[in-house]
Amino acid sequence: MNRQIIKLFAFIMVLFAVLVGFTAWWSVFNAKKLKASKWNHRPLYEQQQIPRGRILADDGSVIAKSIPQGKGVNRTYVRHYPMGSLFGHPIGYSFIEVAQSEFEKFHNEELTGEESEFGTILDQLTGQKQEGEQIVTSLDPHAQEIAMHALEAAGFGAVVAIEPSTGAVKVMASNPGFNPNKVPDLKYFRRLNSHAEEAKRPIVNRATQGLYPPGSTFKVVTAAAGLESGVITPESTINAPGEITDEGHELANDGHIDWGPIPLDTALTNSVNTWFGQLGQKIGQDKLFTMMEKFGFNAKPPIDIPEEEVLPSGLWDLENDTLLTRKDPVDLARLAIGQERLLVTPLQDAMVAAAVANHGKLMKPQIWNRVVNTDGSVTKRMSPSVYSEPISAKTAEELTIAMEGVVSEGTGTNAAIPGVAVASPARINPPSNPIVKPLAFSSDSAQPFG
Amino acid sequence: MTRARNRELLALIPVALLLTAGFAAVFAQESSKLGNLSVTYGAYFLAICVATHLYLRIRLPNADPYLFPLMAVLTAFGLVMLYRIDESLARNQANWFVFGLILFALTIQFLRDYDVLERYRYIIATVGILLLLAPRLPGIGEQVNGAYLGVKIGPISFQPAEFAKIAIVVFLASYLRENREVLIVGARRVLGVTLPPLKHFGPMLVVWGASMFLLVFIRDLGSSLMFFAAFLALLYVATGRFSFVVIGMLLFLVGAYFIVATVPHVHERVEIWLHPYAEAEGSGYQILQSMFAQADGGLFGKGFGQALLHAPGEPRGIILPAAETDTIYPLIVNELGLFGACGLIATYLLITARGFKIALLARDGFSKLLATGLTAVFAVQVFVIIGGVTRVIPLTGVTLPFVSYGGSSIVANFVLLALLLLISDRARREVETEPESQGRDEPLGAAA
Repeated sequence: MNRQIIKLFAFIMVLFAVLVGFTAWWSVFNAKKLKASKWNHRPLYEQQQIPRGRILADDGSVIAKSIPQGKGVNRTYVRHYPMGSLFGHPIGYSFIEVAQSEFEKFHNEELTGEESEFGTILDQLTGQKQEGEQIVTSLDPHAQEIAMHALEAAGFGAVVAIEPSTGAVKVMASNPGFNPNKVPDLKYFRRLNSHAEEAKRPIVNRATQGLYPPGSTFKVVTAAAGLESGVITPESTINAPGEITDEGHELANDGHIDWGPIPLDTALTNSVNTWFGQLGQKIGQDKLFTMMEKFGFNAKPPIDIPEEEVLPSGLWDLENDTLLTRKDPVDLARLAIGQERLLVTPLQDAMVAAAVANHGKLMKPQIWNRVVNTDGSVTKRMSPSVYSEPISAKTAEELTIAMEGVVSEGTGTNAAIPGVAVASPARINPPSNPIVKPLAFSSDSAQPFG
Repeated sequence: MTRARNRELLALIPVALLLTAGFAAVFAQESSKLGNLSVTYGAYFLAICVATHLYLRIRLPNADPYLFPLMAVLTAFGLVMLYRIDESLARNQANWFVFGLILFALTIQFLRDYDVLERYRYIIATVGILLLLAPRLPGIGEQVNGAYLGVKIGPISFQPAEFAKIAIVVFLASYLRENREVLIVGARRVLGVTLPPLKHFGPMLVVWGASMFLLVFIRDLGSSLMFFAAFLALLYVATGRFSFVVIGMLLFLVGAYFIVATVPHVHERVEIWLHPYAEAEGSGYQILQSMFAQADGGLFGKGFGQALLHAPGEPRGIILPAAETDTIYPLIVNELGLFGACGLIATYLLITARGFKIALLARDGFSKLLATGLTAVFAVQVFVIIGGVTRVIPLTGVTLPFVSYGGSSIVANFVLLALLLLISDRARREVETEPESQGRDEPLGAAA
């Protein structure tokens, strides 16, 4: 019987090996898939147990922090936003009930300390609890406050201010805003998302998702395309009558003023439509589109906000929810003065202005500045990078000179934000009825589980 | 011969250390301060183990030195896990552990001449079957998750299948010892397959019928599989005919297939096994959570006391259901990782190896078969429950021996251990007295 006993033992060894194999499959090889399963609530519970890193403004004041609740294994952390609604946009929120949005979502890995796999294995071996890193942003609370007050006085809209030389976002304000501290209250959260009051939907960051007819601000792009392509020089003049006929329709100046032959600076300061309409026709659709795209149009701006919360600017075919391409028929003269179906986000506006101010170099706009780990040392620092070079330094300088009159005497006088460089007729007083593209907002993501 | 006992004593030291370290880890996690309570627990446990060891030193000086420490490791480990889940569970389990050791000592005391079991084999078999049927009896039967596995008499509830497995193995070992010759000699080859003689085919069919009946009656695929596998293992060892095993397996598969198709509860269990996501928040919840818990563990685990058992801040929002019984293995993987799980399975494998070694050393047929059967049923039980929570087979409610919470399980398994040690003591004594025999070679001395 001994032979059989040994064989039986061998068989049981095989059975146990199968157990080890299956355990390895679930715990290691298939673990990633299991963790991502929508039925698996563990990752969410666990995130609640991680002290999420703080988010700071550039002056060190706290925009977001985590407050511990409970003791021992039951200790959880709840997000608190000491400045309330001031930075509802662009920081967003992070709560187990409603998940995350905007900056909080984009930087989740750093904020939860899930940066490196090596780090977590080492932490496991040493029994160290996972802890989030803190992020210092380039946001300026003082300027943000001024922008918010100005917006609240003016109506719905957004303001973005970018430091031209680095791309650092100093201000990103959107009105109506929301108080992230109240977001876990589902009644409040539903109201923020309500489709019934679409124009108001405060959950939408109008700076990155509000699509506005740009109007005169787009003339800078047209001028840049004209200068860069050699169609005009700062000195060359175009005859600008009170009105011209374009595609069978009248295109008129403000008050039908006949400006006669004028150069670029006069046209820009006084926002002369007929002048720019003709310039657009001279440049041609292809070159104008190329210039737009170099400035960032027709693509989602590369900012540190999740892609699904950023919209590209360009000629929108809103019925089909697509952007027109350079091959589609377009009314060039009206596009040149920022009409047609052109819709632009305030962020895109700011990017154009920043590129001109930065000698023609468009820097990637970024909200974060540096990541600081728990013992206070900087683990990552934002290094300014060039997104594109839409115009030469020479063209930029010519444009800047031409624009100097705009803020001080022209149509853009409201644009002077103290402490923030304004290099364009940036709009602080947007139309009160912007087209806010409806977000894909499934009720699922607002569903609490428990 | 006292060398064996010295080795046992030495092996108990790491057990006590493990227990103390484990409790310390849980304490550190729970209260952030390390009380000397963990050391006290470790000391109590070691004292009880040493007392048992001294008893074995007197009563069974030649018995296998590693079995008891191995089982003590598992018990200690189980206590730490239970303590981590719920302090009161660990206290109950510790009481059951002491009670189990008392029954262990009594078994050794009164069954020193375990051959008497052979004399009462039909009574034992009847008791075993009655035990299995008890959960269906009105008044005392208890249905748990659709399966009939528990019995409740007054305040005491227990799982009779745990005791029935020993009774049935005793009967089978005795029956096959007597009939193995006939089964071998009378076998004939039909169409190239060796069939048992018709006259003795009967008992085989009876056992098959009994396990099928069990499946329908108590509706538990796991215990049914456990009993039938133990039977096949014994049949194989007794007769040496692999064809008998194949025939038995086919019979079981055909029967099980038919029953799965007709009995709704068993059918549901198989459905959950095959498609757990279909009812992710319903019947598939447990197996899915058990997989998620394992996925959370990874290679090294989260550490003692670190796994999520319920939603943070909501003690009643249980994430992993039945963590103290059915799903204790996923919890272990969650906290100690794949490495910890491998250690646990290796411990069970070592126990199996020692058990089979006892069977190899034993001289008489009954001892051999009894040791084989007890070891096999133990190993298969481990396979059924771990296989259940890792989705190798459908999940059913058997316990993880010495680790899961449950008095019946721990007490019954200590009786099983006592029987193995009794067989071992006699076998080794015989080996000692006949040193010229070949019994000294140790083909399965994996733990030595």
